[in-house]
Amino acid sequence: MCANMYEIVKAEKLTPDVTRLEIAAPHIAKKAMAGQFVMLTVDEHGERIPLTMADFSAEKGTITIVALEIGKTTKKLGTLKAGDSLFSLVGPLGMPTELKNYGTVVCVGGGIGLALMYPVVRSLKKAGNRMISIIGAKNKDLLIYEDEIEKVSDELYVCTDDGSKGHHGFVSDVLKRLVDEKRKIDEVYAVGPIIMMKVIANLTRPYNIHTVVSLNPIMVDGTGMCGSCRVIVDGKTKIGCVDGPEFDGHKVDFENLTARNRRYLAEEEISLRSFMGAK
Amino acid sequence: MAEGKKKSRIIPKKYPMPEQDPNERVKNFNEVPLGQDAETITLEAKRCLQCKESPTRKLCKDGCPVEIDIPGFIKQVQEGNFSEAMRIIRLKQNLPAVCGRVCPYENQCEGNCIVGKKNDPVGIGRIERFLADWERNEQKKGKIEAPPSTGKKVAVVGGGPAGLTVAGDLAKLGHKATVFEALQYSGGVLVYGIPEFRLPKEIVKAEVDFIRRSGVDIKNDHVVGKLETVDELLEEHDAVFIGTGAGLPNWTNLEGENLNGILSANEFLTRVNLMKAFNFPDYDTPIRVGKRVVTLGGGNVAMDCARTALRLGAEESIILYRRSDAELPARREEIHHAKEEGVRFELLAAPVKYIGDDCGNVKQIEAIRMELGEPDDSGRRRPIRIEGSNFVLDCQTVLIAIGQSPNPLVPMATPDLKTTKWGTIAVDADGRTSKKGVFAGGDISTGAATVILAMGDGKRAAKAIHKYLTEDPSWPDAETFEKASC
Ligand SMILES: Cc1cc2nc3c(=O)[nH]c(=O)nc-3n(C[C@H](O)[C@H](O)[C@H](O)COP(=O)(O)OP(=O)(O)OC[C@H]3O[C@@H](n4cnc5c(N)ncnc54)[C@H](O)[C@@H]3O)c2cc1C
Ligand SMILES: Cc1cc2nc3c(=O)[nH]c(=O)nc-3n(C[C@H](O)[C@H](O)[C@H](O)COP(=O)(O)OP(=O)(O)OC[C@H]3O[C@@H](n4cnc5c(N)ncnc54)[C@H](O)[C@@H]3O)c2cc1C
Ligand code: SF4
Ligand code: SF4
Ligand code: FES
Repeated sequence: MCANMYEIVKAEKLTPDVTRLEIAAPHIAKKAMAGQFVMLTVDEHGERIPLTMADFSAEKGTITIVALEIGKTTKKLGTLKAGDSLFSLVGPLGMPTELKNYGTVVCVGGGIGLALMYPVVRSLKKAGNRMISIIGAKNKDLLIYEDEIEKVSDELYVCTDDGSKGHHGFVSDVLKRLVDEKRKIDEVYAVGPIIMMKVIANLTRPYNIHTVVSLNPIMVDGTGMCGSCRVIVDGKTKIGCVDGPEFDGHKVDFENLTARNRRYLAEEEISLRSFMGAK
Repeated sequence: MAEGKKKSRIIPKKYPMPEQDPNERVKNFNEVPLGQDAETITLEAKRCLQCKESPTRKLCKDGCPVEIDIPGFIKQVQEGNFSEAMRIIRLKQNLPAVCGRVCPYENQCEGNCIVGKKNDPVGIGRIERFLADWERNEQKKGKIEAPPSTGKKVAVVGGGPAGLTVAGDLAKLGHKATVFEALQYSGGVLVYGIPEFRLPKEIVKAEVDFIRRSGVDIKNDHVVGKLETVDELLEEHDAVFIGTGAGLPNWTNLEGENLNGILSANEFLTRVNLMKAFNFPDYDTPIRVGKRVVTLGGGNVAMDCARTALRLGAEESIILYRRSDAELPARREEIHHAKEEGVRFELLAAPVKYIGDDCGNVKQIEAIRMELGEPDDSGRRRPIRIEGSNFVLDCQTVLIAIGQSPNPLVPMATPDLKTTKWGTIAVDADGRTSKKGVFAGGDISTGAATVILAMGDGKRAAKAIHKYLTEDPSWPDAETFEKASC
């Protein structure tokens, strides 16, 4: 049994479907680095799911996760309040973001990816880079972490699908414009829906701009022992939770990742329906 | 003299172990053998001749990797003293209810049994199992008498059989052991690998609880190398033991391996056992098997996969193995159980590639027939491909159970820890590694083996750690491990 207690010290909704939880986990907070994730289980019957740490503070002894409520587990997370505890929490897992001074880095994020992008922008900025951030969401109400990202960016571009704020269109449009304007770009970092990361990688490939993407394969243990999270990079099988989750976007087989992430669609629907019914 | 008389009284067969009917049991995850009652077990114990030790012949005891005084505890059972029998077992054995179930006793204690020369050996495994179950059900819970503390602290990395044994033994010697375990439950393969129908998780939990009550701290959800490094553990502890197991799945590296429906045995078994996917949707973790499931491999892990697949509703479960029945590395008992349950064996055949449908799901496996040639390094006859004999099997699920490699996480985070070319941690006979104060044992140093061998390793390491902490802190020089690591 788990003797550990992982207490939620703060719970809030960033949008109707996005929950942010600050969790007491001093041992993890002490070691966490940008780009790393945790595996958590909400209750004894729960599934282990991976979530990136959107923030962590060794001083406070807490880590912060931001989850988009799309299925049973993330919806369960959304019902938790300050004072509740998680059944299990493991981390920090995965390789941290490589923090080098590249020169100018463009970070591109979409939707829930914005929460994951924030610590990366912050750390790359600290590493001495000039940071250009391009952030996007369906509409202005779903733009999360805008202020935080703005504070650690040298330039910020906002996009919405419906035009309710900033550029009316996709984040890739803005990146394309910067590339067309022959702006100096030494590195691109993209995190968000698979389709977005694929489009960004395709866009930078002809210009040979090294592009890192943060992948989200289905995981079970998160420590390299099952291979559920395997992804194809440069024609070779990589273990997402150990070798990743960040990979060279120009070499990732996005079709395989998309197909693999649909493996349990039918079961996920059953799960969600029974949960919503029970509620 | 008496021996002759006794012989004539020998009951040739073991008293039968009641089992769930094969047609019933493939529909549930309950344990297959149902256990025996006190009366039957006493009769079984009475089949034992209480052989005297002699330098010229091997006895039951010589076959037990943790050297349980087998005649000693059986004598107590013959006389009805179950708690005294259990005390004798506990002197050597920290997980009796587990070993009484999954130990390959036919090659170990029972393999040496004198009665077994002409008849069935004495059912040592099932007597041990009975006693452990009896103890669990009869005894009160509570703290277990602990010796005075020595003030020494030992960190144990990995809560599998090796780590739990080291920790339990160190506690008996008065040292403070803390186990750091990556998963939310302790037991290693016992909780995530071996299925419920062979080893109920409640039993593992009770055994782990027993170790905890004897004064061991267990910290779950704790991945060493990602949280503390071994060096950091050494700052706060007087010694470190690494028992992180062989948890890395081996792959076939054949075309199409990343299609949906192709899972490592580890993923399949972890979903089902650790995460209880067999209770989906009551438990949240999903699992899916198709009508026909093909398992690659022929060991215990493969049998567990094929039998689990049937219980999850597969209409057909096929084992594809490249050698013949005689070479199947699984325990005979497991093979027998698998056959009873209707697992089909496609022997002398090896996979060539996986074929997918338009949506990225596996729909077929292409295989090739094999024949056996000369014996190879392992002493088993080498399988050779029969060119042109390729054939195709329809299937919706493929489970890859062709072995496990040592877990690289801790060695990767500990650069001065010497490893061998197989990725195992190099150790000497006492389990000492190239790093002073750091010991290792179990599958991480031997490669994938058995529960009882991992425990034997743990016992030796606990002795060596005790010596290191209390008498002799000397350490072998680096050369010892240079040799071991080439
Ligand atoms: C390294 C990593 C970091 C991630 N970080 C975040 C994050 O910060 N915020 C966030 O909202 N989401 C993040 N995700 C995705 C998140 O793990 C899934 O959304 C979550 O598991 C869905 O679980 P569910 O039960 O709510 O939904 P389900 O209904 O079970 O699944 C919805 C979709 O989520 C994916 N998914 C399901 N189970 C898993 C699983 N065990 N592991 C991974 N993906 C799964 C599948 O593609 C599925 O189609 C991350 C994923 C990875 C691999
Ligand atoms: C499916 C299956 C069936 C089997 N059947 C049998 C059988 O019938 N009989 C038999 O005798 N043997 C059997 N075996 C083999 C047996 O289970 C193993 O040999 C034995 O468990 C090895 O024990 P161990 O303690 O060395 O390692 P493990 O049992 O593998 O335990 C290692 C532990 O370390 C943890 N760990 C790993 N890395 C870290 C880290 N960095 N930090 C913290 N913790 C970590 C793991 O989570 C795990 O809990 C079977 C194995 C499998 C996979
Ligand atoms: S531990 Fe294993 S080998 Fe030893 S007596 Fe028990 S069953 Fe036999
Ligand atoms: S060898 Fe067999 S008969 Fe002899 S003492 Fe051991 S168990 Fe009893
Ligand atoms: S999640 Fe199991 S290996 Fe990555």
